Amino acid sequence: MKAIEPWVLGPLGTFVSESQARLALLMTTSGQVVAQHGFAGSLDLMASAALGSGIIASSSELAVQMGWDPFRVVMHHGSRRAHFLSWFDTPRGRWIALVVFSADTKLGLVQVFFDRMVEELVAAAPAVAVQKKEVLAADFERELNASLRSLFGR
Amino acid sequence: MTAGYSTMLDTLTRLRGIRGAMVVSIEDGLVVAESLMAGLKGSALAALSATLASRVSEMAGAAGFGVPRFLHLQSSEGALLVASANSELLLVAVAGRDVPLGLLRLEMLRMSERLT
Repeated sequence: MKAIEPWVLGPLGTFVSESQARLALLMTTSGQVVAQHGFAGSLDLMASAALGSGIIASSSELAVQMGWDPFRVVMHHGSRRAHFLSWFDTPRGRWIALVVFSADTKLGLVQVFFDRMVEELVAAAPAVAVQKKEVLAADFERELNASLRSLFGR
Repeated sequence: MTAGYSTMLDTLTRLRGIRGAMVVSIEDGLVVAESLMAGLKGSALAALSATLASRVSEMAGAAGFGVPRFLHLQSSEGALLVASANSELLLVAVAGRDVPLGLLRLEMLRMSERLT
């Protein structure tokens, strides 16, 4: 398990252990990875983050078009694996969680442990240090490489 | 349909000492209908009951006992009772301490047959 910000590791570790999740990924709404568990390759990780944030964005827009509040949870139950995708608000902004678990695990159980993890993350989040600045291509690449080193130890 | 479940659950929760009752989906462990006293976490109870029922069912199957119809967990502060209604639904009840469970069990088995 790896995280860009170390305070995320405790709540995420507890969640993974209690829910028996195979894969877990926390990301921002723009698809920037915050923490991950179970991913072996950076390519899979970045693709999953991009797809996860894209699904949340498109399903939220779909809900808005219907005049509803954005869908909180997107769930896919396969024959062997299930995907749980949900957004939640933290003092660091809106984050998205993508969790892959065995089809034997109950969705309700994942939801219960997930809600607990969100409470713990919100409680553990340090005060926000606001650094608004222009995003440059060079900064973006440097930050991306730094994130990959944090997440994969390379 | 849900109104029918609610009426059924209200019948259970009117029994003395019963703190709550729920209809739960076995497949995903989510609440279908509930009638709970304040302080009981329905979603957690439903998820854990469905997980427990699935595991016990696997265990009973492996032991050649067939499908369990009723689970009774007794603790110092109360009891959790789970009746298997059909392949999709569970009837779950939470009883307080010192509650005569015979009538509750009978009602739950009767109701689970109606859910079938």
